[in-house]
Amino acid sequence: MINYIIKRLLALIPILIGVAVIVFLIVHLIPGDPAQTMLGERATDEALQRLREQMGLNDPLPVQFWRYVKDLLRGDLGRSIMSNNPVSAELAQRFPATLELSFFAIMFAVLVGIPAGIFASINQNSWFDNLSMLIALMGVSMPIFWLGLMFIWLFAVELGWFPPSSRIGVGLDFTPITNLYVIDSILQLNFSALKDILHHLVLPAVALGTIPMAIIARMTRSSMLEVLRKDFIRTAYAKGLKRKVVIFKHALKNAMVPIITVVGLQFGVLLGGAVMTETIFSWPGLGKYLVDAIYARDFPIVQGGILFFAGVFVIVNLIVDLSYALVDPRIQYE
Amino acid sequence: MRKLILTTFIILVVMSVFVTGVMAQEQGGTLVFGRGGDTVGLDPIQVTDGESFKVTQQIYDTLVDYTPGTTEVEPALATDWEVSEDGLTWTFNLREGVKFHDGNPFNAEAVKWNFDRWRLEDHPYHIGGEFTYYGYMFQGFPGIIQEVNVVDEYTVEFVLSEKQAPFLNNLAMVPFGIASPEAVKEYGENYFKHPVGTGAYTLEEWRQGDRVILKANENYWRERAYLDEIVFRSIPDNSARFMELQSGTIDMMDGVSPEDVEAVKSSDGLKLSLRPSMNVGYFAMNFKFEPFDDVRVRRAFNHAIDKQAIIDAFYAGLAEPAKNPMPPSIWGYNDNIEPYEYDPEKAKELLAEAGYEDGFEFDLWYLPVPRPYIPQGKFIGQAIQSYLSEIGVTANLVTYDWSTYLDKTEHQEAPTYMLGWTGDNGDPDNFLYVLLDKTNSNNAYESEELHEVLVEAQKTMDQDRRVELYMEAQEIIHKDAPWVPLVHSTPPIALKSNVENYVPNPTGTEKLHRVWLEE
Repeated sequence: MINYIIKRLLALIPILIGVAVIVFLIVHLIPGDPAQTMLGERATDEALQRLREQMGLNDPLPVQFWRYVKDLLRGDLGRSIMSNNPVSAELAQRFPATLELSFFAIMFAVLVGIPAGIFASINQNSWFDNLSMLIALMGVSMPIFWLGLMFIWLFAVELGWFPPSSRIGVGLDFTPITNLYVIDSILQLNFSALKDILHHLVLPAVALGTIPMAIIARMTRSSMLEVLRKDFIRTAYAKGLKRKVVIFKHALKNAMVPIITVVGLQFGVLLGGAVMTETIFSWPGLGKYLVDAIYARDFPIVQGGILFFAGVFVIVNLIVDLSYALVDPRIQYE
Repeated sequence: MRKLILTTFIILVVMSVFVTGVMAQEQGGTLVFGRGGDTVGLDPIQVTDGESFKVTQQIYDTLVDYTPGTTEVEPALATDWEVSEDGLTWTFNLREGVKFHDGNPFNAEAVKWNFDRWRLEDHPYHIGGEFTYYGYMFQGFPGIIQEVNVVDEYTVEFVLSEKQAPFLNNLAMVPFGIASPEAVKEYGENYFKHPVGTGAYTLEEWRQGDRVILKANENYWRERAYLDEIVFRSIPDNSARFMELQSGTIDMMDGVSPEDVEAVKSSDGLKLSLRPSMNVGYFAMNFKFEPFDDVRVRRAFNHAIDKQAIIDAFYAGLAEPAKNPMPPSIWGYNDNIEPYEYDPEKAKELLAEAGYEDGFEFDLWYLPVPRPYIPQGKFIGQAIQSYLSEIGVTANLVTYDWSTYLDKTEHQEAPTYMLGWTGDNGDPDNFLYVLLDKTNSNNAYESEELHEVLVEAQKTMDQDRRVELYMEAQEIIHKDAPWVPLVHSTPPIALKSNVENYVPNPTGTEKLHRVWLEE
């Protein structure tokens, strides 16, 4: 098992190198450059030339690439062109916000999606099954910006149940440490802040979790349906086991592998930053930030950010792979 | 006796009005300002974006300042100044007793240190960015500021290598806020996160991507700010930001969508404020492409487009039709010019005169991104296209990504294009010379006549003479019609009705220390 993990982590290295090369080439080969974007209408040839020189963009591409790789090997992702802040600091600042939101979104998706899928599968073709799959279909196809705005309009402006956007209200005595606000407020035993933070999390987490919830529900249902048709289920019933035991202990456990895969994949996708959700709920996460960086042609941020996501995605996948063993003892890692 | 009673009564009334007037300006409270993006950095000389300037405007002061609501210059950290006969030496007397937020004194040494840091590339603290606006306004490094000399503790002298008529207007710009030298030395490359100026507010906390929190500076050299705290929150989505305002979680916002303007006007608790325009959105015709070298064709286009209809449709009416390349908020604006009125018949006549009665076909480049002066490039492009089709001309809509668009228009590759400009320093030179002089124009408009006038205006220190020259320049431009000037937009700001004394400045940012919240 340990060997397996080490092997998988070592496999990260060539993946990251490949990603680094591809990302570098893509961002440098698309038209437009950061100096142009920064100066906007003020981009005279002279001003551009001066700025490009200062940014090191006048060097030939191979020279720039070598400089990038050299820095990368020393663990230096460079500095943002826009803010001049180290890329690592920018990522560290924003990733916790994305992580926190993704975590609560996936919690919502799992806690609603799996039970709905199970219930639908054991009552196949009932009204509940049809209704929940219809809702799931709508959930999969719902444009999130619309759903998000409707949530804000209904629950914040009209009903006033939740704050419209942001991570925390104004005027609360709270100092972020790790930037995972929930954890920070617990560590500081600041329960009024905790309450406010959780209150702020509800709408974005539900909006962001809706699509994964629908996908998980559909996957759970189909996976369960497949298992429920197997011989050993009939055997279990024949032995006289209770329905509850058969469903949860025999069927669900066997149906779990594809469900875990989907949950893991969805979580990985969410961690990649939910651009729309972050934009609409003013969530200072990584997704929106990266998209802005692409528009601004902030090369170091784009390179560093995508590299980071690639790493996170691989690690999430590893965790998913490892968790298979928990539900299926036949799976072993050499 | 009766007279005495009457006088006393009047005095009492006047006094009570005065007293309540003063009482109404309440001290205290937090103002939450919602805006579309976060600040990039808090070292004003290193940033170029409005969201950064909005905040640094509160933290720093400049030597001179714009009078609220205008582009006229008034004293700030400098109390008065004089310029030598030859226009090359400027001497500023500085305000005494001013302290930076870190307690260090503001004096001539500090001014010299800041300017040296900006202009000298070998200065040990010329780090942390590109000093873009310095290079831009003062023509490179060290640029036209040759020397900065400390005459005595509160007198500083600038020696220029050439005359620059808009020098004072440049110094009033927010990028040239004076920073505490000790703080810059202490934080080095990270100074942009630890700003220290002399301004009405100090930085309390900056949560990147989310909010900037400012606290009132108790020792401000002007009167202490009314508000205790200002929170600038980034709320990227326009509709979400407006819903925040409606639900009361923010007190004011900019970037109001045109479709929300009516809702602001009709709602009880909200009000609308318009920023005086300091921009121009225009449609340029490139002299290198036939038939745009013919002034009759260019004038025909000027007659063909209904600007007011465009403003009503795409700006919620919040813009004024342009007849000159610069907005009326700038001094020297020539209001005597008769605009080319909307008249398709006249346009057709002009085209026929030029030999194009059967029309022609050309590429019309429309803006790929929303800009303050043209918020909806594609729609406005389509509107222009349809106006031109009415006079028998076929425009094919074309666009590129923003930086390619800028690059290609800069290199005169576009036959016709939409573009615009937001002023920097409130000087006519910053519009007319920068956009239309033969050395700068993107549409191969190379008028020798205009060039002579604009260059003379740059070298003249006499304000009245400059006004005359710019008036003349606008006449030449009107006659040559190198553009169809479209609009000067007046960006709307929505506020809760209890936010008092907010005076938006044409330059795009303003100090908020005189704003107060009514209970």
